[in-house]
Amino acid sequence: MIAVVDYGVGNLFSLKSSFDAIGVRAAVTSDPSVIVSADAVVLPGVGAFGDAAEKLRASGLGDAVKKEASLGKPLLGICLGMQLLFDRSFEYGEHDGLGLIPGEIRPIAHVIPAGYKIPHIGWNSLRFRQPDCPLFEFIKDGDFVYFVHSYYATECDEYVAADAEYGVPLTAAVAKGNVFGCQFHPEKSGETGLNILRAFCRTGG
Amino acid sequence: MITKRIIPCLDVKDGRVVKGVNFEGLNDVSSPVELAEFYSRCGADELVFYDITASSDGRKLFTDILCRTASKVFIPLTVGGGISSLEDFDRVLKCGADKVSVNSGAIRNPSLIYEAAKRYGSQCVVISADVKRAGGGFRVFANGGRVDTGLDAAEWIKRCVDSGAGEVVLNSIDTDGVKGGFDTQMLDALCSSLPVPVIASGGAGCAEDFIRLFKTLPWVDAGLAASVFHFGEVSIKELKRDMAAAGIPARI
Repeated sequence: MIAVVDYGVGNLFSLKSSFDAIGVRAAVTSDPSVIVSADAVVLPGVGAFGDAAEKLRASGLGDAVKKEASLGKPLLGICLGMQLLFDRSFEYGEHDGLGLIPGEIRPIAHVIPAGYKIPHIGWNSLRFRQPDCPLFEFIKDGDFVYFVHSYYATECDEYVAADAEYGVPLTAAVAKGNVFGCQFHPEKSGETGLNILRAFCRTGG
Repeated sequence: MITKRIIPCLDVKDGRVVKGVNFEGLNDVSSPVELAEFYSRCGADELVFYDITASSDGRKLFTDILCRTASKVFIPLTVGGGISSLEDFDRVLKCGADKVSVNSGAIRNPSLIYEAAKRYGSQCVVISADVKRAGGGFRVFANGGRVDTGLDAAEWIKRCVDSGAGEVVLNSIDTDGVKGGFDTQMLDALCSSLPVPVIASGGAGCAEDFIRLFKTLPWVDAGLAASVFHFGEVSIKELKRDMAAAGIPARI
């Protein structure tokens, strides 16, 4: 069973439907004990980093997720959920993340060339930096996935599993042991996205 | 590389797609759920559901259809039509919509865009502007293009973006349904310097119209159409291939 962490940020309908579509039982939950008993954990997220980080902290769900991940349970952060895996973010101030992957979150506005719009929104192709990353078992380099974001993960080079070209390379997927993250939305990336979720579900053995 | 998006629009009334649909290989062609699945399989990059039901019964039916579609189709869904409050945003987002498109509702209540962007994020708020040439300029029309609001289109769109709209759909009433191509003149006049993605709507008659759009205005991010896709005049698969052959980035 996959625990989809519900900490009051964003809509979990599509994520739940995606797991249904690939025949994997998923429970949308705000109960830490469900996270403990799950085979793997998904941390979604939409909106602003500071607000989400605070909700994770206040609910105790952040600690539960962190503990399970440090015990080796597969964890997948999606979009803002991926950003929350890092040390800190500079979205409207400075906020601490879960610190599961070294690195920080900064505005793409500071790095992309003139003429590129913000947010980075739409279908972009993945460039594998770690082709043997378990998330990519069923997809290939160059496959398209759907992005919507204005901030990106940086100072995390050795953990970047794939990037996407948007005037500059933007971190698209990260992996550090059993902890994974997708900046894009696998639940909105058609068959490619479902294949990434399928692959994640196999990482627990 | 980011690709140019191709977006079919489904007008839904009483649980059916109302603009005529004429496909080969689809039996119940006016079921929005089946049509959405069909488009998704054919390579549509996104879908727009337009709610044109009038009664509250219709609204209920619409959200039910939306939920069923969102549970089967794993590409972004935008919902528009009759959105005039945060409650409307909430209702469709809970059913699996990713973005909400606002038109007349924002004209009646200008703070709606700001409030919605604050609560759900700019990426969720799409301003859809119906624009027509009038009084020597470009004016915004409301109520499905029937009422001249007197608003200057350039000013209106800029104000919406400043308030937090994360995308702009420009629908040219002048070219809508004419099938003579997108209104590149209007797009260029109103949207060329916007910092957010722009979706062109109104006028597509053939695949070449999309290619001309993206070649003429390389900053346009997406092309939206309804009947040319519904009637099979333009196949999304073939369109994507033609785009790629013409050097336009497309997701194939």
